Amino acid sequence: MEAKPRKLRVLDGVSIVLLIIATGMVFFYAPMEREMGNVQRVFYFHVAAGWVGMIGFLSAVVAGIAYLRTGNRKWDIIGMAGIEVGLVFFLINIVSGSIWAKPTWNTWWRWDPRLVTATIMELIYFAYLMLRQGIEDPDRRARFGAIYAILGSVSVPFTFLSIRIWRTIHPVVIGTNSPDAEGSFNMETKMLQTLIFGVITFSFIASSLIWHRVRLGKLQDKIEGLRMKVMS
Amino acid sequence: MSNEIKAHVRVSNQRPTFWRAVSAIVRKDLASERRSRELFSAMAMFALLVILIFNFALEMDAGTRASVTSGVLWVTFSFAGTLGLNRSMAVEKDRGCLDGLLLAPVDRSVIYFGKAIGNLLFMFVVEAFVLPIYTIFYNINVFHPGLILVIILGSIGYVALGTMLAAMVVQARTRDILLPIILFPVMLPLIIAAVKASSAFLQGLDMEFIWPSLNILISFDLIFIGLSYMLFDFVVEE
Repeated sequence: MEAKPRKLRVLDGVSIVLLIIATGMVFFYAPMEREMGNVQRVFYFHVAAGWVGMIGFLSAVVAGIAYLRTGNRKWDIIGMAGIEVGLVFFLINIVSGSIWAKPTWNTWWRWDPRLVTATIMELIYFAYLMLRQGIEDPDRRARFGAIYAILGSVSVPFTFLSIRIWRTIHPVVIGTNSPDAEGSFNMETKMLQTLIFGVITFSFIASSLIWHRVRLGKLQDKIEGLRMKVMS
Repeated sequence: MSNEIKAHVRVSNQRPTFWRAVSAIVRKDLASERRSRELFSAMAMFALLVILIFNFALEMDAGTRASVTSGVLWVTFSFAGTLGLNRSMAVEKDRGCLDGLLLAPVDRSVIYFGKAIGNLLFMFVVEAFVLPIYTIFYNINVFHPGLILVIILGSIGYVALGTMLAAMVVQARTRDILLPIILFPVMLPLIIAAVKASSAFLQGLDMEFIWPSLNILISFDLIFIGLSYMLFDFVVEE
């Protein structure tokens, strides 16, 4: 097995250090929000995780298109890595949002366009994995994965739109208190700095994880190739 | 000798045009369905059962009926639809028909459009069966031109995407359980828009409230037909 590349080792180290600093900033640097108090501190990692989840999904779509055009296995591995990492971060995003919503909206969940869209994306990620699991031929698995990632990415904006339109038809459901109005706040400079730092940190962590996952995927391919050789 | 078989012979003598090849596939599906009737009876029976279950699950009194009709209809259509989609692709795969179709000297997308149009016709037949029954059981007139339009638009989008995914699913090991799992998350916007537009029509709302949902349905249909046309080659590639 080839050794872990030096750049990846550096990236791992940088990610860990950044995560420690970012956590410190969330708790000690960012000021306390006046109305929501400490629970507002969830917000920094919540946004960062959502951002990374979205990037993971988009990279899977781009890799899917590239795979269908070139047929290069590399793209399939990258797409798979993007989906798996995105799945984890989107789950963090949804759960942390729920934790924030309980004290702020006084409920864990609301059928708001953003919440539903995030959940549907998470479900599409899961469905993608289940689809791949059911297919043995690696070529076909890669093709179907790519197609499903593309179809899913087109459907997600439709979900957002269709729910938002429904809300505008029934203004009574949300009344004067639109979800945006509830729990929003003015960001101070220090808060904004913490948020940006969090987003950068999570981007580093995610790229490190994706890199690890791509290496793992390549090793899996190698093993599969060896197994074929032994069996034939 | 029936007309379909003559048509097949005629098609095989020359290189068929796109739509003639598509209609040959559609006629093949219709002919086999007319003889076996297994797809229609399964879908219709299933749809009927779903409606019956809803009646008791939701305690459908007069007030509830008005508000949940469009939801019940769309759940029924989409569940019965998965049954049809799965079956229509599985028969092609099991009996080796898909390989035969792939050997035909036609564009791959012909197969897609042929199967999709066949599925759409089956959907329409089932919907035409469900609507009068719903009207009789619940004493709500669902024969509203707007609702029919929504059902047509929604069914087109449903089979456009569903045929594509079903063609993928039949090639998987876990195909019996996979279709609804990969279908519904991607189909959700279509179902939401269809339910909203249907209930708006049934409540007699103004068109300005209905257009947004109709726009979503129309663009969903067009985009997914286009995407499937572009991507179907990769689904059946061997």
